[in-house]
Amino acid sequence: MASAERIGIRSDRDILLARQRGRELGRSVGFVATDLTLIATAISELARNIVLYAREGVIELRVVTEDSHRGLVIVARDHGPGIVDVNRAMQDGYSTSGGLGLGLPGVKRLMDGFEIHSRAGRGTTVQIAKWLRT
Amino acid sequence: MDVPVLKQGPFLIATVQSALTDADLAQMRRLLIEQVGKFRSRGVIVDVTAVDVLDSYACRTLRDIAHMTGFRGAATVIVGIHPELAFTMVQLGLSLEGVATALDLEEGLAYLNARTRPTIARGNSPRNSAGPPRNGTHTRGKR
Repeated sequence: MASAERIGIRSDRDILLARQRGRELGRSVGFVATDLTLIATAISELARNIVLYAREGVIELRVVTEDSHRGLVIVARDHGPGIVDVNRAMQDGYSTSGGLGLGLPGVKRLMDGFEIHSRAGRGTTVQIAKWLRT
Repeated sequence: MDVPVLKQGPFLIATVQSALTDADLAQMRRLLIEQVGKFRSRGVIVDVTAVDVLDSYACRTLRDIAHMTGFRGAATVIVGIHPELAFTMVQLGLSLEGVATALDLEEGLAYLNARTRPTIARGNSPRNSAGPPRNGTHTRGKR
């Protein structure tokens, strides 16, 4: 299996595909079942945000080795409307779509690494990572 | 992929057999709301044993199903949430507040059987059950 993948996200079917690929890649890295579920769920949330807010974007999956760390890095990228107030979007209970308002803070809790860059009118990039426990 | 719905006496059993898209989930919701009326069902079991991810959308759909069927007079119970899913849902901050859950299909059926016993529906008006028991007015045995 390739150690990097790029999945175009345009519909709810792509959300499913992205999380299945993430699970497969995660399994090849050696993650346990619980971590695979965390990874697949995080991908699902980020991919849905793309479909919901930006209509299209990409999910990149990458196996990485840093120092003695091995893990999976996931990047969700879109050129949608962006997030005006990132700090506010990172608070539990905040949402602009009338959804649950749990998306991003929840995803952060599922993962070991979380970075978000967003500019209003330009788009959003969220990078998350899960590391293998050694 | 469609979710098969089995009519089992007064209950409907929806068994999710694979990962579902948002559209599939919405379709299951529509089908269950409709069939509760069509079959005059008293209860609904949604079996998610084979589900590998319950994200915020899936969780909300399950809650919607429970509440909507509730408005239609049927109790819903979600069964088969495996440990990894439970762990992930808690981490993500999701809840199934106000929704009945049971370990598996067997427990779900037991829950619905207890919940929808005909004697409760027929024998006791809210007025009666709120007051002290009076001899001879209750069709139910033990209290």
